[in-house]
Amino acid sequence: MNSKKADRRGFLKKSAALAGLAIGAIPFASGKAHASVTPDLIDEGTSASKLGVTPDEPTIEDLAYGGRSSYETIERAHTVGALGGQGLRNLTPLQDSIGVITPSSLHYIVQHDMHIPNLNPHTHTLMIHGLVDRPTIFTLEELKRLPAVSRIHFLECTGNSGVMHYKSYLRDLSVGRKDMALIQAMHGRTSTSEWTGVPLSLLLKEVGVKSEATWLIAQGADVSGRAKSFPVAKAMDDVIVAYGQNGEAIRREQGYPLRLVVPGFQGVNNIKFLRDIKLVDKAYYLQPEISGYTNTKPDGMATWYESQVGPKSLITFPSDPHRLQGPGFYEISGLAWSGRGAITRVEVSTDNAKTWKDAVLQTPVFKKAHTRFRLGWNWDGRETVIMSRCTDEYHEIQPTMTQLAQLWGDSREPKIPASEIMHWWATAPIGMFLNNPILPWRIKSDGSVHDALYITLNPEGGAYPGI
Amino acid sequence: MRATIFSKSGLLMPVMALLACGAAMAQSPTYKVGRPPTEEELRRGNNIVGSDGKELPPGKGTAKEGTPLYAAKCSFCHGKDGEGMFPNPRLVGGIGTLNTPNPIKTVGSNMPFATTVWDFINRAMPPWPYEKGASPDRSLTPDNVYALTAFLLYKNGIIKETDTMDKNSLVEIKMPNRHGFYPDPPQSAPDKDHSWQPYWDQVKPGADASVK
Repeated sequence: MNSKKADRRGFLKKSAALAGLAIGAIPFASGKAHASVTPDLIDEGTSASKLGVTPDEPTIEDLAYGGRSSYETIERAHTVGALGGQGLRNLTPLQDSIGVITPSSLHYIVQHDMHIPNLNPHTHTLMIHGLVDRPTIFTLEELKRLPAVSRIHFLECTGNSGVMHYKSYLRDLSVGRKDMALIQAMHGRTSTSEWTGVPLSLLLKEVGVKSEATWLIAQGADVSGRAKSFPVAKAMDDVIVAYGQNGEAIRREQGYPLRLVVPGFQGVNNIKFLRDIKLVDKAYYLQPEISGYTNTKPDGMATWYESQVGPKSLITFPSDPHRLQGPGFYEISGLAWSGRGAITRVEVSTDNAKTWKDAVLQTPVFKKAHTRFRLGWNWDGRETVIMSRCTDEYHEIQPTMTQLAQLWGDSREPKIPASEIMHWWATAPIGMFLNNPILPWRIKSDGSVHDALYITLNPEGGAYPGI
Repeated sequence: MRATIFSKSGLLMPVMALLACGAAMAQSPTYKVGRPPTEEELRRGNNIVGSDGKELPPGKGTAKEGTPLYAAKCSFCHGKDGEGMFPNPRLVGGIGTLNTPNPIKTVGSNMPFATTVWDFINRAMPPWPYEKGASPDRSLTPDNVYALTAFLLYKNGIIKETDTMDKNSLVEIKMPNRHGFYPDPPQSAPDKDHSWQPYWDQVKPGADASVK
């Protein structure tokens, strides 16, 4: 027992002052060391046990914001991605996901800038102007005083599950990269959080939107002034000007202190570091909306402003990278979502689409949010292919990859022969748009799980998207 | 009688117009928060340029003037002749390739409006340097941006090397892919049930999802 009473306040002060020093550092969370003991508490031959803290326990400092067990090490995987080195991409490890909420620390990041601004919440403002009666600047404090909503919604990057990410994954593997799972590389650009903020409709009514304003442009305070336009009709529906994520302020890399949440729409609409909303009378055809977010058909024509994410599901366990320990009981688990509303049904096949069973949905089911589905399964140890297929409340069904390619290619002349359509889809750089095909996993008899779809597309050639 | 009908409908119209206005007119502020922006704040917020070019500032430039600018500020990432340097996009060429198995999207082949090019260069380019703490180089003046836009249009065979681009002539440019997108104009109102879905309701149930 100590004869000297540990002055807790003094200890905390000194610890803070010494933060960063390795004196008496104790590992916590993912093995990172934190300064935890001050020099005056260490005699020769003693350790942190003087404080009643054994060497592998968290310190008072650590407990201020908490952390994971050192045994829990899953992280987002950083990549430059198939679109190249511009910007940051950090992918959610879906293979370890449980429930429907993505931990804030694991929420995916797709960012086209190389910088993450450090905005000051005390000076940050949102200006709403253009075709409005009263152009207005709101401070963050004012926004937080207004009536708030909290909604659980997914975000998904437009390019998630795109074939181009498979090329990128193969390239990563070829240089010996081992820290990124295939499910993460292909599908890790989607996450779900509880978002809290002011309804944009409330703000628009407050400033008075003129009747000729049919579109708006939202712009962020990031370095390149990232902007996106979408219709006012969507803004008046369910868009949130959010400052809260999972019960605390939005994380810095998720757009602190303010971002848009545009439920069910492709990720690029969810402008981070939101600072400006301008009401206009037409779409403004911003460069990314033309170069990146259009869908060029075989006849050279392209659709644009196709915003709403379709019904999509994937099995997260077992998935590539898991390995089953042998025949026996496993609970197949996965996520399903739709940009239009609530998922009402998820079917799972464990025999390569010969038969389907309904999985159990985790309730409550939220509209435009990841929904967890589960199905008990006795694996007999033989090679098989498993997959899921979802339906939303509007009876929209998740398409097969062939159906998706046909939707894209068949709608206009010249019609691509069915035998070529998959190759065209896989090689054309535009095969990256709102991809929601049924995603099969092959389970081999040794228990290893492998992608069973992209490997068949064997994409070769094709340029990366240009302007 | 005709006069009566006219005067009836004559009365009706202004009343209906008033009512319609009332619906579109905003209520007065309910929460009394926020303040009007200053002129400077509004000016900064009006920097995004649309296809009718209302927001284009005074200034002008030619491709000839843009050539040394491009070499100094852009070729570093986009290649000496705009051929692109992975991962930075190709800016020149590809016209006529969009309906082939290998579509090449550039300023010339894909952009429907020249104003989009001006807007993007002005607000986002160049994005380097990336060194820690360094702000990207945003030193391009409006004249510079007109000159660089002219340079790219010239290299793509859309204007002549000496054509002057300014806030009026830029808007007149007919880009090769002007009508390459549909629906035009883009959808601005939802379909029934708040839906904006492009075509998910066309997926027929019961498709074979097996893999070989």
